[in-house]
Amino acid sequence: MLMKLISGDTPRSPILSVILAAILLSLAFAPFLFPGTRPLDTAAHICIFIILVASYDLMLGYGGIVSFAHTMFFGIGAYGVALSLEHMGRSFGAVAFGTVAGMILAAALAFVIAMFSLRVRAIFFAMITLAVASAVAVLVSQFSTLTGGEDGMTLKIPRELTPAFKFHDEKILGVRMNGKLLNYYMVFFSTLILFLVMLRMVNSPFGSVLKAIRENAFRAEAVGYRVVVYRTAVTVISAMIAALAGAIYALWLRYVGPATTLSFDIMLDILLMVVIGGMGTMYGAVIGATVFVLAQTYLQDLMGTASDATSALPLIPDLLNPDRWLLWLGVLFILSIYFFPTGVVGRLRGAK
Amino acid sequence: MSQAPDHAPTMQRLNLVQRITPFVPALLVPLIALLGLLFIPSGSSWLTLTVSGLAMGMMIFIMAAGLTLIFGLMDVINFGHGAFISVGAFVGVTVLLLVPGMTAAPSVGLNLVAVGLAVIAAMLATGVMGVVFERVIVRPVYGAHLKQILITVGGLIVIEQLIHVFWGPDEIFLTRPETLKGAITFAGAALEKYRLLAVGVGLVVFLAMRHVLRHTKLGLIVRAGVENGEMVQALGYDIKRVFVLVFVAGSALAGLGGVMWALYQEVITAHMGGQMLILVFIVIIIGGLGSVEGCFIGALMVGLLQNYTAFLVPKLALVSNIGLMMLILMWRPQGMIPVVKAK
Repeated sequence: MLMKLISGDTPRSPILSVILAAILLSLAFAPFLFPGTRPLDTAAHICIFIILVASYDLMLGYGGIVSFAHTMFFGIGAYGVALSLEHMGRSFGAVAFGTVAGMILAAALAFVIAMFSLRVRAIFFAMITLAVASAVAVLVSQFSTLTGGEDGMTLKIPRELTPAFKFHDEKILGVRMNGKLLNYYMVFFSTLILFLVMLRMVNSPFGSVLKAIRENAFRAEAVGYRVVVYRTAVTVISAMIAALAGAIYALWLRYVGPATTLSFDIMLDILLMVVIGGMGTMYGAVIGATVFVLAQTYLQDLMGTASDATSALPLIPDLLNPDRWLLWLGVLFILSIYFFPTGVVGRLRGAK
Repeated sequence: MSQAPDHAPTMQRLNLVQRITPFVPALLVPLIALLGLLFIPSGSSWLTLTVSGLAMGMMIFIMAAGLTLIFGLMDVINFGHGAFISVGAFVGVTVLLLVPGMTAAPSVGLNLVAVGLAVIAAMLATGVMGVVFERVIVRPVYGAHLKQILITVGGLIVIEQLIHVFWGPDEIFLTRPETLKGAITFAGAALEKYRLLAVGVGLVVFLAMRHVLRHTKLGLIVRAGVENGEMVQALGYDIKRVFVLVFVAGSALAGLGGVMWALYQEVITAHMGGQMLILVFIVIIIGGLGSVEGCFIGALMVGLLQNYTAFLVPKLALVSNIGLMMLILMWRPQGMIPVVKAK
């Protein structure tokens, strides 16, 4: 049963299995294990980034395609839900409509970009997605009457998902049985299901062909697989899952804005999570997203403390300033590509 | 044994279409200018926009020329190129701010010397950075596109953040040297002096590059290397050394472009290079990877289109350039002047 659920793709390392099980259990019981708003928010972030990073890894780690538009698809899903809730009223129908519309738009856009670039040269894709994504980000902040511009939009989500809705009057294990809890479990189970679906996908014949293309596109073509078709397909699938993740994110945050969904910084976060966790393994996405979100939430405070502590020295406080967080991410990113190209998962599997 | 047939070669002139085809990309620039004339109601604003479009195009060309050659020679795509633009701008502006006496003086000579000093400092700085970047970031990942893209993006972020560390997080405003301020009036249109200068500098750089590429031995090796690197190596030339040279020259040009762009915008931020990189990519895709001429034509098209649309429908300026890129790729999937054989 378990083997069937994970499509026969075991972690293949005892340490990795333990870590993954610990992450799964912590996320599943997060509201009960870590009471408080901030830990729950962190847990939901981890879940959403697991989907986002895993879907990105479909493209990068399995398809061998670098895209800089993943946040654009993420943003399309988020804005899809936001706009439909704004204009169709506060209902699950609106949520479903917005999600599906966002996914369709993301798929169509991904298809067009893929057709224009992958047909010629896979690296065109990286450049074109960068251009298109920044154009979309500019458009979103300029059409402020529709999208709220830089301020973004606050969502009125269905009442059943808000803290105001109580489905059980008494606390269980000290946790209020309200809509926030339902919202968290919606996020958690969506993540679990989508993750298992993606795991199934990469262990299917489709996934094997993708891996073959990644290793040697020319040979894969010679064996008889239409490389462009497979690459386009994986791009479209990945974009749709990213849009879905965006929709879930919008429902969780009850807010969408360029900084939380479309910014290039998030794109870098995703890249780093994929690389830290390990490209070309779905489990890498879980590890990468967990490590990264935890570090982001709690390490930045530490940097601030370190910066204050060294304020007497020249230059060092500037380097340790929490605003320079990206600098250290960049350094970490370069170093991990050099010395750690298979990521945590690759290391653990190699060490057995 | 039958007789050999008469040898009667026919000398046929190429028909018009065949004769025009090689020049089509170059003709697209005036075509865009003409389209602009159709849509923009007043002739004088068209002239102003055209000059600023050409100036912008020239600056983009200066930034993009190195990148396209780097790609053509070694199949290296350098996302860190944007960082050189920013660093060039910051170094150049720092120099300009150090010599307020020279920039504020109403003398053409002193002003040009100040700008010249800024340009030299910027090009030296980005050239040296190019050597380091090539050695540390690019060389270990030759031949692996995926890693190249990822690692050069990492380099871009680190350098942008280091600019924040050294120059502070805020944008820096500057004013142009005294004699480069203001505009001259020609046929009722106000043409900013600095834009005219930028067009001039761009043309000089283009002609100089063309001269080096076409009429020197080094240029011959570079062009041959772009077309078929293995063959050049087989003939005994060390293409890696040529490549380092081109990489450094390209980085220095990016620094020059950065200074020019800084004086054009009169404000600099650490992200300016990353933002310009988007237009630079559009230009080298349109032009055809590895082609300096294609890059030049593409840059002018992008500059003109950007300025016309910014005037007509301000919100769609960047979108229009992506549209242009899509059209060109539909027409010629390898770019207007494809040089590099598909690898």
